[in-house]
Amino acid sequence: MGEAIVITSGKGGVGKTTTTANIGTALALMEKKVCLIDTDIGLRNLDVIMGLENRIIYDIVDVIEERCKLGQALIKDKRFDDLTLLPAAQTSDKSAVTTEGMKKIIQELKQTYDYIIIDCPAGIEQGFQNAIAGADKAIVITTPEKSSVRDADRIVGLLENEAIDPPKMVINRIRNHMIKNGDMLDIDDIMQILSIDLIGIVIDDDAVIKASNNGEPVALQGSSKASVAYRNIARRMLGETVPLQSLENEKGMFQRVKKFFRLGS
Amino acid sequence: MNINVLEENQSITIKGTKDGLTLFINDRGSFEDVMKELGDKLSEYNPKKDEPVVPMTVKLGDRYINERQKQQLRELIGGKNRFTIDFFDSNVIHRDEALTWKENSDVKVINRMVRSGQVLENVGDLLLIGDVNPGGRVVTTGNVFIMGNLFGIAHAGSNGDREAIIAASYMKPSQLRIADYISRAPDYETEGVYMECGLIDEGQDKIVIDRLQVLSHKRKGISGFERRILNG
Ligand SMILES: Nc1ncnc2c1ncn2[C@@H]1O[C@H](COP(=O)(O)OP(=O)(O)O)[C@@H](O)[C@H]1O
Ligand SMILES: [Mg+2]
Repeated sequence: MGEAIVITSGKGGVGKTTTTANIGTALALMEKKVCLIDTDIGLRNLDVIMGLENRIIYDIVDVIEERCKLGQALIKDKRFDDLTLLPAAQTSDKSAVTTEGMKKIIQELKQTYDYIIIDCPAGIEQGFQNAIAGADKAIVITTPEKSSVRDADRIVGLLENEAIDPPKMVINRIRNHMIKNGDMLDIDDIMQILSIDLIGIVIDDDAVIKASNNGEPVALQGSSKASVAYRNIARRMLGETVPLQSLENEKGMFQRVKKFFRLGS
Repeated sequence: MNINVLEENQSITIKGTKDGLTLFINDRGSFEDVMKELGDKLSEYNPKKDEPVVPMTVKLGDRYINERQKQQLRELIGGKNRFTIDFFDSNVIHRDEALTWKENSDVKVINRMVRSGQVLENVGDLLLIGDVNPGGRVVTTGNVFIMGNLFGIAHAGSNGDREAIIAASYMKPSQLRIADYISRAPDYETEGVYMECGLIDEGQDKIVIDRLQVLSHKRKGISGFERRILNG
């Protein structure tokens, strides 16, 4: 039986969809059976980043309203046989999706897949409630900005009331020169506020944007720093101990962060 | 201006001190008799309109009087007599009142984090073991003690107790509130402070931050049940 992990953040534009696509791809690279679910109804993106937009026939609302079977709506990835996407609806009424509907879909997917990765919409409204409804675990994405950390903290607080394991955190879009100048929060600051386990850091990398535009998740491109970072997150999810990437080209820069880094699961 | 009545069997006595007058009401005899006797005594006393209002403490011994009776006393003593009752001091209280006092003087120990958007509300003193993050808020009627970081808002003495204080292992709050006073963080970036407390400074008429050590003389009754009884 697989496990469902929601990728959430509160704030928009911090990298939920990018992270979903890349963790999913990285897990598929490691020969796991993975299904990605886009729950951002009306603003679907995950299909574009995965380069699968032109294959969509049915979407999640069609499944919930029983216009098709779950299997019919799943889109197989171009590169991996065991990676599929359940796309969000672009036009349908948002209220069609319910927590019950989500739980049912996830329960069914868990029979077949090792990992179900749920891309959550921004905000804390119904869309958020739906996205977390069937999740066993959560990964909270933040960037080194105060407003983003504030929203992540709000989300962690809300997740405490749910039957979900304590969330793990990804710090995305790190710009080392800004942290060095004190213009961005550093990793210790963020960890002190959120006090949850860190599962990865990803630098701000042009390769991410380029890859997204090409419909090829960056995790597939061996060399870039962000690519390694996403693959490291996937390895940690599978229980491997992987040290955090150094932000600079010298070693040991983030040694002190390691002491906070406890691997769960 | 002292009115010393030295009759036998009297149920009331009035004594003057430097802080004002004290009215002693004997705890035997009916309340009606007390009111009548007091009415008679006061009718002999005719202050002029421009005389200052004199504060008075009413000592009731072992007598319990209810709110309606307190009001009757206020009406009789106040008004044209130019007295005002500061405080009713009785050795006995109602059970409900006692329970409320107990609630308000208990220290509640809570072990959690108060995250952005969360509000932790309490009565009595609050000992929080954990952080109050930016955007989080703790509110209580008594003192706030935080073993952790205070980044958000703490409100002590939320029912109006201006003697209440806020102490934290580390504080860099966005606001401190005590009773009806509010102070906010400055608009420029500052360092937080370790092991300090916020309290109202009557002289400056605002909340000040000071070392914890000042509490031992500025807030002597901090742990006392008595303080809360006096403040209701
Ligand atoms: N590590 C990164 N480096 C550079 N750009 C990034 C990175 N992560 C995300 N982005 C870009 O940030 C934008 C928002 O990301 P997205 O994943 O859509 O956020 P969300 O789903 O949280 O709204 C996108 O343009 C994406 O390409
Ligand atoms: Mg998105």
